[in-house]
Amino acid sequence: MAKPVETVETPAAEGHGKQTWPLWEVFVRSSRGLSHVHAGSLHAPDAEMAVRNARDLYTRRNEGVSLWVVPASAIVASDPDAKDEFFESPKGKDYRHATYYTKSEGVKHL
Amino acid sequence: MAVQTQATLQAVPSAEDEAGQAYFDKIIAEDSRIEPADWMPEKYRKTLVRQMSQHAHSEIIGMQPEANWITRAPSLKRKAILMAKVQDEAGHGLYLYSATETLGTPRDVLNQQLLEGKAKYSSIFNYPANSWADMGAIGWLVDGAAIANQVPLCRASYGPYGRAMVRICKEESFHQRQGFEILLELSNGTPAQKQMAQDAVNRFYAPALMMFGPTDTDSPNSQQSMAWNIKRFSNDELRSRFVGMIQEQVKVLGLTLPDDKIRYNEETGMWEHGELDWDEFHEVLAGRGPCNAQRMERRREAHENGAWVREAAAAYAEKKAQKAQVA
Repeated sequence: MAKPVETVETPAAEGHGKQTWPLWEVFVRSSRGLSHVHAGSLHAPDAEMAVRNARDLYTRRNEGVSLWVVPASAIVASDPDAKDEFFESPKGKDYRHATYYTKSEGVKHL
Repeated sequence: MAVQTQATLQAVPSAEDEAGQAYFDKIIAEDSRIEPADWMPEKYRKTLVRQMSQHAHSEIIGMQPEANWITRAPSLKRKAILMAKVQDEAGHGLYLYSATETLGTPRDVLNQQLLEGKAKYSSIFNYPANSWADMGAIGWLVDGAAIANQVPLCRASYGPYGRAMVRICKEESFHQRQGFEILLELSNGTPAQKQMAQDAVNRFYAPALMMFGPTDTDSPNSQQSMAWNIKRFSNDELRSRFVGMIQEQVKVLGLTLPDDKIRYNEETGMWEHGELDWDEFHEVLAGRGPCNAQRMERRREAHENGAWVREAAAAYAEKKAQKAQVA
């Protein structure tokens, strides 16, 4: 079901023949107590430079207290073509939600 | 024989394409968002790559007119502000390249298109920034027009584009305000300073209005872009809205706009303005503006001069990776 996310392979620019920097996905934690959230991507030669570039690119205005950089090629995503059947299971299972239970309406602290 | 088979295959959409198109149409009709891994019509993809990369190139080239004034900014405060702004423009370019790459065109290819002069960028950056007051006019009018254009793009149907635009719009409002403040200070200064501010507004007014693109009757791609929910308003609608805003703001500045045809049309609900010189617009877009050659030359130079940094960083990363392997 799962397959690597379709990231951009970055072939060398035409006629230059030089290898280009790999693509990194950047995740920013905006403040303590919150999760890291995907902010975008960037190119960098290695992890250390990726973190520095991510700081310059995605946190110029105190947007974050922590950064993650992940090689884009390392991310595994669910199959985009199977979106309906893959997420089918929870559908039609309203009883998983509190709103399904209406008889208790008006009862306090429930 | 093989060629014929291929031609037939291209003419008849596959079952997969038909299902993809149906799903795409449904998402657009619901005003939801298309994400990178989704099936999308080839023309939708191409339109986005063109629009988004042009936008990215504009941010990158747009660094030049202002970077030109960093060393001559009148105070340390203004120098720091201008540097932050130019750094933002670089950042905006990178957000947009990052979003464009999700459509499958590598950044190197986009960059190469710019360097080879195959890609377009906003015509406004081919005008010179002659005086310090131009930093004010660029911030107020050029960034102002950009914001008017870009706020609706935050709701563009392509997810990564919309998200990049949200980030950009947040930062642009600082750009516009700092420009307004420069003009306001000059306007309240000596008569010569006030005149300098007025001259800058006079020069940037028409080019800023042309940033919204050709008139609706002369903008063939607009309708399709609106049907795809990439664009939300037509060029003329956005331009009219912008004229309405600046004709009010200019009063606070104590300056005037070089256009005596500005008026509100009660019937259409649109702000009207004087005729723009579209021949000039097309000339500049075709590469024959006052600064096109200079901007491109500077860009190529910067790219070439930075080559050793890119190569050194790549070599260092490789050396470190090898050492890690040995250890």
